[in-house]
Amino acid sequence: MSLLTLNSSATKAREGKHWFARTPHEMPETEETGKTVATIESLSRRRKLRSLLMNCVVVVSACVVVIPVISIFWTALTRGIAQLSPYFLTHNMRGIVGGTYPYGGIFHAISGTVEITGVTMLICAPLGIFAAIYINEYARRSRLSRLVVSAVNIMSGIPSILAGLFAYALFSLLSGVGTINGFVGVVALAVLALPTVIKTSLEAVSRVPDTLRESALALGASRSVMIRKVVLRTALPGLVSAVILAIARIIGETAPLMIAAGIVDNTNFNLFSGRMMTLPAYIYNEYSQGLATCPTAHVASLMPCDPQIRIERAWAAALVLILLVAVFNAVGHWVARRSMAGSRHS
Amino acid sequence: MNPMFQASPASPRFKRVVEGACIAVLAFFAAVVVFLVLRAAPVLSSGKATEKELSTLTSGSVTSLAEYLGPLVFGTLLASFVALVIAIPFAVGTALVISQFAHGKVRTALSAVIDLLAAIPSVIYGLWGVLVLVPASGGFWSFLNRYFGWIPLFSGTVAVPARTMASAGVVLAIMIIPIIATISRDAFLQVPSQDKEAALALGATRWEMILAVVMPAGRSAVMASILLGLGRALGETMAVLMILSPASGYSVHLLEATQNQTIAANIAAQFPEADENGVGLLIATGVVLFIISFVVNAIAQKVVARGEKSEKHEAAQRHATAESGEGNPA
Repeated sequence: MSLLTLNSSATKAREGKHWFARTPHEMPETEETGKTVATIESLSRRRKLRSLLMNCVVVVSACVVVIPVISIFWTALTRGIAQLSPYFLTHNMRGIVGGTYPYGGIFHAISGTVEITGVTMLICAPLGIFAAIYINEYARRSRLSRLVVSAVNIMSGIPSILAGLFAYALFSLLSGVGTINGFVGVVALAVLALPTVIKTSLEAVSRVPDTLRESALALGASRSVMIRKVVLRTALPGLVSAVILAIARIIGETAPLMIAAGIVDNTNFNLFSGRMMTLPAYIYNEYSQGLATCPTAHVASLMPCDPQIRIERAWAAALVLILLVAVFNAVGHWVARRSMAGSRHS
Repeated sequence: MNPMFQASPASPRFKRVVEGACIAVLAFFAAVVVFLVLRAAPVLSSGKATEKELSTLTSGSVTSLAEYLGPLVFGTLLASFVALVIAIPFAVGTALVISQFAHGKVRTALSAVIDLLAAIPSVIYGLWGVLVLVPASGGFWSFLNRYFGWIPLFSGTVAVPARTMASAGVVLAIMIIPIIATISRDAFLQVPSQDKEAALALGATRWEMILAVVMPAGRSAVMASILLGLGRALGETMAVLMILSPASGYSVHLLEATQNQTIAANIAAQFPEADENGVGLLIATGVVLFIISFVVNAIAQKVVARGEKSEKHEAAQRHATAESGEGNPA
């Protein structure tokens, strides 16, 4: 039986479009079947062994990929949880010296991240969604649409640090050399967020079935009413997930914000004046300063001091950032899945 | 879209608003590119004028642009190359496990792990890399050096702590694994199950089925995903900045520290000390990086487009044979 299968597949292999073609040395070379079933059995055992081995390799490689995830989360959790407290979340780093108590917090970084990310999305979400609507609903093949689509493709490859340099250099030209504030950071992030928003919302809008558009138009709706009442409403979950996923992408951006928004110790709510701390920049800054200085042992007995405090603060801030990103991602994926289920349903 | 829509009455105000948004986006992107090129062009075109900037930025050790840019480009390519070599087998393996081996909860869990990997910000990768991976991997690097030191990549004295290209490459690889894995997984999942069953029915083992049916079907998507991952690795700043101990040179000794630097990490490292002219020079290096990643992305899109075309072609062929097959029995 097995002999028959092998022979027929061998002839197929010679036609050149079969799986045997990849392993020619394993094909029975001769038509003469005198070479007994034994060779064929050992052959198939070898193939089975090889398959088993490769299966193991593949499964092990997937298991190895899990290790860094577990390690990163475990380290952030175990090393960050010690500093994570209401105090840590509500205080900034003003007047925190060396490793002595009080240890300071990340309020300024959280407020900066929320403000910069929020304003960026306030600008990018409507712009990106409107652009996607124009491309998909009004002029799919017009020159403008094609230009925007290829511009999006180009800009989605911009190195993030170059976006930061662009914003910095632009504002150096516009409002004096060395202008660094929250809004420069917003411009830098806008360069990174806009392509993502346009791409994903274009996908969401184009998933709306044409039958819905036709029904609305057939009922006498004007095109703008059709878009607002039918297309936007149907695509809403997809658009929401586009915005949330873009937030998740830019909230962790470090390099452009270090250049454009700067690093600072005190809380700054003003987007247009003065440097503004963000969570990723805080993490990098705490790490890069290394060990904290502690006073001599005698004084240290009176006042708690931890030379490792900067690394601990970095991990605590990393834990907060991971949680933020994870929440945004989970919500974004959840909404996206619901929207896909909904569109399939309709 | 149905051509009938074009004839429906237009509502000018709404259309003007969305058209305006479109033009604004285009103008913004054009402004970014034009501005960057304008700032970079004088540096890149005039060799002599940049000499002064270079000597202030590098404290006199480098005098020509090629001398400055060359090692950076080399370091960028080397880091991305190391990352790709490490990432490809693991990413494709994970994609295969998710699409061909795992079912139910295991599949969902693995997909979630990949999503998590993609979501972690790069600064946290850098922190983890320098505080956890670098101390933990020292033994492995000296093992590589002792037994595979005859390969130039692993020769030289092993750096302790391992703030080397090898460590940076591992972290970059972890960062691009989710990109390659998700795109490959989606392509592998689309392989028709009848093709796979046909291979199994002909006596192929599971691995032979994967080699013969799954891999060829997903080939163009895997290629494109690798190029997209390469694009990400080229532009990555923080992980390299935090892990790699930098120097300007052409060295392929991955296990030695202070050998190379990448363009992106160099910008982040030198920006605080750069004056106005120095910023212009850094922008020029950034534009070179942008051009490299643009070329990589363009090739990726070509690969995707070609893959889609050939898929359509195959589908059409299959359709045709199926129809002729239906006609035959009569």
